[in-house]
Parts: sequence; structure tokens; C-alpha cells
Amino acid sequence: MAIAREAEPVGTLKEVRDAGLDREDLLGVYRNMLLTRGIEERGHILYKQGKIPGSFYTGRGNEAASVGVGTAMGGDDVGTPLHRDMGVHIVRGVEPWRIFAQYMGRADGPTRGRDGNVHMADSRLGLLAMVSHLPAMLPVAVGCALAFRIREESRVAVGWYGEGASARGDAHEAMNLAGTRRLPVVFICDNNQWAYSTPTHLEYACETLADRAQGYGFEGVVVDGTDVLAVYREAKRAIEKARAGGGPTLIECLTLRMEGHAVHDDAFYVPKEMFEEWAKRDPIERFRTWLRENAELTDDEEDEIAAEIKKILNDAIKRADESPLPDGKDVAEHVFASAEDLDTPHHK
Amino acid sequence: MAVKTYLQAISDGLRQEMQRDRRVYVIGEDVGVYGGAFKVTQGFQEEFGPWRVIDAPLSETAIVGSCTGAAIMGMRPVAEMQFADFVSCAWDQLVTVAAKQFYRAGTPVPIVVRCPSGGGFSGGPFHSQNPESSFAHIPGLKIACPATPADAKGLIASSIEDANPVLYFEHKHLYRRIKDEVPDERYTVPFGQARIHREGDDVTVVTWGAMVYTADEAATALADEGVSVEIVDLRTIVPWDKEAVLKSVEKTSKVLVLHEDTRTGGFGAEIAATITEESFENLDAPVRRITAPDSPVPFSPPLEKAFLPQVEDVVAGLRDLAGY
Repeated sequence: MAIAREAEPVGTLKEVRDAGLDREDLLGVYRNMLLTRGIEERGHILYKQGKIPGSFYTGRGNEAASVGVGTAMGGDDVGTPLHRDMGVHIVRGVEPWRIFAQYMGRADGPTRGRDGNVHMADSRLGLLAMVSHLPAMLPVAVGCALAFRIREESRVAVGWYGEGASARGDAHEAMNLAGTRRLPVVFICDNNQWAYSTPTHLEYACETLADRAQGYGFEGVVVDGTDVLAVYREAKRAIEKARAGGGPTLIECLTLRMEGHAVHDDAFYVPKEMFEEWAKRDPIERFRTWLRENAELTDDEEDEIAAEIKKILNDAIKRADESPLPDGKDVAEHVFASAEDLDTPHHK
Repeated sequence: MAVKTYLQAISDGLRQEMQRDRRVYVIGEDVGVYGGAFKVTQGFQEEFGPWRVIDAPLSETAIVGSCTGAAIMGMRPVAEMQFADFVSCAWDQLVTVAAKQFYRAGTPVPIVVRCPSGGGFSGGPFHSQNPESSFAHIPGLKIACPATPADAKGLIASSIEDANPVLYFEHKHLYRRIKDEVPDERYTVPFGQARIHREGDDVTVVTWGAMVYTADEAATALADEGVSVEIVDLRTIVPWDKEAVLKSVEKTSKVLVLHEDTRTGGFGAEIAATITEESFENLDAPVRRITAPDSPVPFSPPLEKAFLPQVEDVVAGLRDLAGY
């Protein structure tokens, strides 16, 4: 018997309005989900064309979870999204061409070629760049929340991790510290059911990961991670609760990783039936259907949005491709920061 | 100016930074109500309140990791590891997150991690180590190892002011044993600028931390034999003052590198290699190292004495070099 609350799906346009989204917002959410997937699909093609070095990761199947949470965050809130959370970068306004420049190791990517794939973030947009060691960014997110608490600001930090990373100690230490101090932080667990090739029953033995929240003294919620509106509503509720001094919440977004761990991995170990079942719950198709049934999304609007996304992607790839590669002679530059580097909005 | 212990100098320096800059806060185990295991933050919570002197759970990963987040949000966190040995539990947060964040993402991480280090008290394998060399290998981390009360105060200020993650190794054996004049006003001691602890002409000792005093005792003993020893106290090992070391080597032509950390891959090896690469023509003898042996720090007094470089070891090493 699970301890955590199971979130209800969102039914009608009225319920969505009550949660704070009007029709224009909903179309924005839909656009962001399409753009998220579009960037990763186009990135995958560029990777196969040999234009992206290293490896390539996508978050296919996680678009509702990432866009839903990103949409619920306030402008001054901060977050540490991971490699399945491209949607958060998109919602926060990272320019797509800079993402492609990052993929391609160019000088204009957010890490100027120092790091690859989704290991990036624009701190001016309230995002902190992830590292590969998961969930090492959870203590960092808790530290952001601690700074807000010390300064008595009404800002919230959002920290992401996956069900695979839930097995590591950083998650425990971060949640325990956040619980003891009732810090304004929301933990988002992207449970896509596979840690590379390892299934959930070999990752954890509790019924849901959200159940663990009770052990840290705060609320846990399981939400259908393919339902963008349900994710949004739960994230909004948790973020506003944290903002009001109500402490942390752990939200487990249940999805399926619809591709391999990275694109080199054909995910042969995932049962075919599992892919088939979850393909029926594709987050974008699901939301599109909802918009048509509940918000009168028209064919013309769909065509218009599709054309708009296509143009953004084409322009972005072109501009990224024009960005120069970094110069090898700069390899050991910027290892250490100087006092002038602290002259940012954050470090004042 | 007043005479203060090394410990009091750290405490005063930290307090002064907290008084002048509201962004500075302290987090660690037992730093608040108890005032820290060694009492460096005694009275701090009364002065600054529980949200600037934060008693954390036993969670070095969360302590250091949260400092990184808070620093990026504009704070100037100072974490205390109860013993330097426990910094191993925060390795990933320092090495994977904090050290690389500026290089990758352009986001500076101005944090200080205070690490009470060193042996001499039968602390055993887990309360006596000097792990500075492990971190010196990691690009992006700065490392301070003050030896004098005045440097301890000035370097805590410059560590907090610095835009990078700094490991501040404070040697426990110096805490109450070493007293000296410390200016009352705020000042900083720059990184990468060595201090000539003792001037001499015949042999150079390059060292830092508590070994400065071991070297000094050895030098005093040898003065009677007519051997003049110069002691270069590095003060910070990342960055380290290569110029000061090479200048001294040029003068004496003989050099002994001394540290309390173990031998293989110790920072002394880097210094010795650099001298050999860049000042070979000036050498009249092979560069000599005196270090702890490659073993864990043992508990029982005779074993620990055998582990830690002793004055007589340094005297013997210097005598050999002088007569080479």
C-alpha cells in the first residue's frame, strides 16, 4: 500500500483555469512540448550525420514532465534540470540555436564547448548546469533554497533526479537536510522506469519513490508524467506551498523512457509490449487530443504552430552551424574565476 | 595588534568577515550551539543567529553541495568539516560539481571548506590526515595551508573573498600551541605568495603548515653546526609560489621538500619535479624529500611518531644535503 498521494488527472478547461493557465498559456505549453521534442529529434539527426561529437541523449516521453514543472516555476525560482528535462530549458527561454551550438561543441553554446549535450544551463534564466554524477545536483538545489531561506526571499528551488539516481546517497542527504530545515525546495523524480538497462525492481524496493518523502517529514505525490496538466498542477501546488513556508514536496513523475539510455543504445532489454503500451500515452499526442476536445484547438492552429516550430528549428541549426569551434589554445583558460566574474546578478 | 593563538586568529578572521558581509554564513556539524568541535565558532550563533551559523546533520555531501547552490545564489558560505578526514565524504561535491562549474558553465562558486587537518594527537587513521595533495590534483580548487596566526587570519579573509572553491587546511597541532602577533584590523594574505620564514644561505626547506615549525627547530639545531637554512613557507599550495621557491634554490643550490602528508603523489613531488625541470643547473645536490611514509596514519604513539616527520629526521636530511 503506497503512502504517497496519487495525483488526479486534470479534466476540464475550467480546472486548468483554476490552476492558473488560460488558453493562450495552454497553446504555449503545447508549443514548448513540440519544440522540446523537435530539438531532440533534430539533434539526433545531426548526431547521425556526424555533426555532434560524443554521445547524444534524449528525453522522449518526458516532455510533459519537464514542460509541466518548468511552466509551474516562478520567474525568480531556480532549478537544476537533467538530461531528460530539455523542456525546462525551453520554458525558461534558452534560445534553441544555443542548444544546438552546445550539442555541436561550438564556442557559442552555453558551455562554450567545455561540456556537451544537456550539460548546460543559463544561470541568468535561473538554471544551474547539471553534472553526470546523479543526483549530485540535489544538494546544490537545496543550497539555493537555503540561500533563499537565509535571506527570507520568497523564491523556490526545484531539484531533479531520476529513479536510478534515487539509489545514491546525495538524494538522501539533500532531502534530509531540506526536511529538517523545511527549506523551499521541490524535488522532482523523473521515474522513467529504466536506469540504463536496470529495471525499477532492482533499483528500489518500496512501492513508490514518493513514499520516501514521509521518511524526510514532507509530502510525496505520484503523478502521471505523461499528463502535462496534472504535472503542472501538482508542481504549482508544491512550489507555492514551498514559497509560503510549507517546506519541501517530492513529486514522482511516472513515465517511460521511450528510447535507449543514449542514442547508441537500442534498449533491447525493455519489453516490446511496454513500449507499445506507453506509446499510446505519448505526452504530446495526449495533450493535443485534450486541447482539441477541451480547448477547441483547430487544424489551422496546429498547422501554424507546426510551421512555427519548423522555422525555429531550421533557423537555430543554421545559426548554430555558423558558430565557430572553440580555439584549442584556450583549453586551460577559465579554470579559475576572477573577482570580476563574480559581478553577476546572482553574486551581488 | 595583540598576541593570539592560531585558533583565535581563524576565529577572529571568520567573525570579522561575517560582521562586514551579510552573505557570509557558516554551516557544519556542531558549529552552532556547541561552537565547533575545536571551538572555532564559539559564540558565533549568539552573535549571528541560527540561520547564519547552521548546525547541519551528519551530511558532508549536503553541507558542501548546499554551499555550492547558495554560493551561486549570491552567498559566501563557509563549511566546516569537523575533521579534514571527513572531506572524503564531500569529494564528489567538491571535485565534480564545485571545481568544474566555472569552467563548464561560467558560474563562479565562491565557497570555503575549512578542514582541521594533521596529526600528533593519536587521532588515528581518520582524524589525522593531510589530504591537500588529493585536491591539489583537481583543476579548479584553491588550497590554503596557513602556518602562522597572522596568515591564518589573512588567508581566511582572502579565501572567503576568492571567487573559487577554496579548501582551507588549518592544522590542529597549531591551534593552541602557536601564538603570535595578529593585526586587529581586517586584511588579506594573497594566494600564491610564499613567506620566507627564515633566511639562510646553505640549504632551502620548502614546506607548509605545521612542518614549518619542525623545519624551524631543525634549522636552529643546525645553526650551531654552521649550516644556514632558509625556510620557504608556501602558505598556499594552489596556486603555489614557484618563483619564490626557484629564487631560494638559486641562492642555496640545495633543497629539501618537507611535508606531513604521505610520500607518493604528495605535493612535494610536484615541487621537486618543477625544481628539477626548471632549475636543474642551479642544483648542487639531488632534491630531497622528507614526508610521512606511504601508510595510513597510525594510532599508537610510537607508530605515529614514526609516521610524522620528526625534527631529527629533518636535521639529518639537512646535514646530508649541506655536506653533499
